[in-house]
Amino acid sequence: MMQIKKNIALSNTGFVFNPTTGDSYTINQVGQEILGYLSDNKTVEEITSLMTTTYDIDQASFEKYFFDFISMLRQFELLDENYEN
Amino acid sequence: MEKKLFERPFIKKLQAGMPSKFGMKSQAEPITHIDNVPVPELLAEHGSPLYVISEQTIREKYKQARQAFTTRYPKVQFAWSYKTNYLDAVCRIFHQEGSWAEVVSGFEYDKALQNGVKGSQIIFNGPDKTDDDLKKAIENDSLIHIDHFDEMYSIIAISENSGKRPKVAIRVNMDTGVYPMWDRFGFNYENGDAWDAINRIMINKKLDLVGLHTHIGTYMLASNAYKVAAGKMADLAFGIERKYGVNIKYIDVGGGFASRNTLKGAYYPGSDTVPSFEEYAEAISSAILNSELNPRNLPTLILETGRALVDDAGWLLGTVIANKRLSNGNRATIVDVGINLLFTSFWYEHEVYPAAPVSEHMEETTIYGPLCMNIDVLREAIAFPLLKKGDQFVIKRIGAYNMTQWMQFITLRPNVVLIGLDGKVHVIRKKENMELIRQQEVVPDHLK
Ligand SMILES: Cc1ncc(COP(=O)(O)O)c(C=O)c1O
Repeated sequence: MMQIKKNIALSNTGFVFNPTTGDSYTINQVGQEILGYLSDNKTVEEITSLMTTTYDIDQASFEKYFFDFISMLRQFELLDENYEN
Repeated sequence: MEKKLFERPFIKKLQAGMPSKFGMKSQAEPITHIDNVPVPELLAEHGSPLYVISEQTIREKYKQARQAFTTRYPKVQFAWSYKTNYLDAVCRIFHQEGSWAEVVSGFEYDKALQNGVKGSQIIFNGPDKTDDDLKKAIENDSLIHIDHFDEMYSIIAISENSGKRPKVAIRVNMDTGVYPMWDRFGFNYENGDAWDAINRIMINKKLDLVGLHTHIGTYMLASNAYKVAAGKMADLAFGIERKYGVNIKYIDVGGGFASRNTLKGAYYPGSDTVPSFEEYAEAISSAILNSELNPRNLPTLILETGRALVDDAGWLLGTVIANKRLSNGNRATIVDVGINLLFTSFWYEHEVYPAAPVSEHMEETTIYGPLCMNIDVLREAIAFPLLKKGDQFVIKRIGAYNMTQWMQFITLRPNVVLIGLDGKVHVIRKKENMELIRQQEVVPDHLK
């Protein structure tokens, strides 16, 4: 299971702040919701189901964009890679 | 419950310091309609990709250009440069507006005739006119612009067997202070070749020297270059009047006005740097009016404006095939429009817009065409909204040179539609099919 680093600050206006590095990010609405679910420790299956109910997107397409998004988070070092389920 | 529109999730690092070179102005503003016709409707009806031409825009552009010149110079004639876009429907709009035709091959010449242009209103340019082309042009009283001495002697030889006196002009090349100088066409002004050509025509007496022609280059950002060119042309015309007592009927300054596209590598967008028709018109008209030419007997000013008249009237519509991430983490979007359909992507940083409203989020993206070739890149690095597979987009200002320099490569060429003044959508070039391509091929018996 993926986990967002604990100290990452997420504002509801679409800004993300990483206090360790001092970097900030903008994030769109869909990204914001996913990040929210990740901090709530939801599983990929739960997130997929929630998102495909709210949004006009099928499961396969959603997962494709979801994992792409995760790899962006990883690239920006916002994921807690040591987190063990 | 109606589901919400999905945009692919996106996160972007905020950079401290300067915004990008074009400031923070985003290009996410969608183009949802062309001349009031919805883009999705056009694509559903005629397939993707799709070229769209606006009759209204062509006519408006033409009127702007004509107005700029006719308010500054008494005798003005436009000649539509066929190579820029020679779809018959497009040519006929220009001819209806009063344009003559400017052609550079036997093929273009015949097209102009078939579009109903009178022979005497066809300007025949270019270095490659065959004897058959020349015979036809002489027979039809067309205006033959001589490119080199070999051509001059061919025309003289042909005219000996025909009762007609060929109407000719010479193409002149010159230094106008811009680089590169187009000196491979016509006769040079500075080294005296142009005068040499004029003298030979006047002494020979078999040809009717009716005009002088130049075309100093294409996408010329300096209106002053036209001032220099028109001044030198007027000097030549005055010299002919003085030496031979002959009034040149026209000075043709060719094409070359820039459209508002942005050249690759340019620091400022074309919309900020390109001179207006008024500026070009002022430069050219003032140079001729201020020359020594007799104001009561001024030559007609001919303009062969191409891209500046038709670029704005064309759009290329397409669909996103896929999104990818490159090995360096950069975003790549693959679309169904390749360089085979957008030749001008070699010159321009074309503006690409989403066809539907999107959020303000933009990602630095490289836009690739669908061809299996490394060179198939539409935009190197464009701040682009988060389009998904199946989303539609619109490329703006593509009316010039693409519908003539396109390639039938890997795939077939799509439909071209014209939105008429009445708002109706007319197919003006049908999409190609297998039958059409195979018709041209012949398989030898031993391979059957
Ligand atoms: C002789 C001549 N006239 C007119 C044109 C049209 O030029 P543009 O599209 O730059 O106006 C060209 C294009 O190269 C040309 O060679």
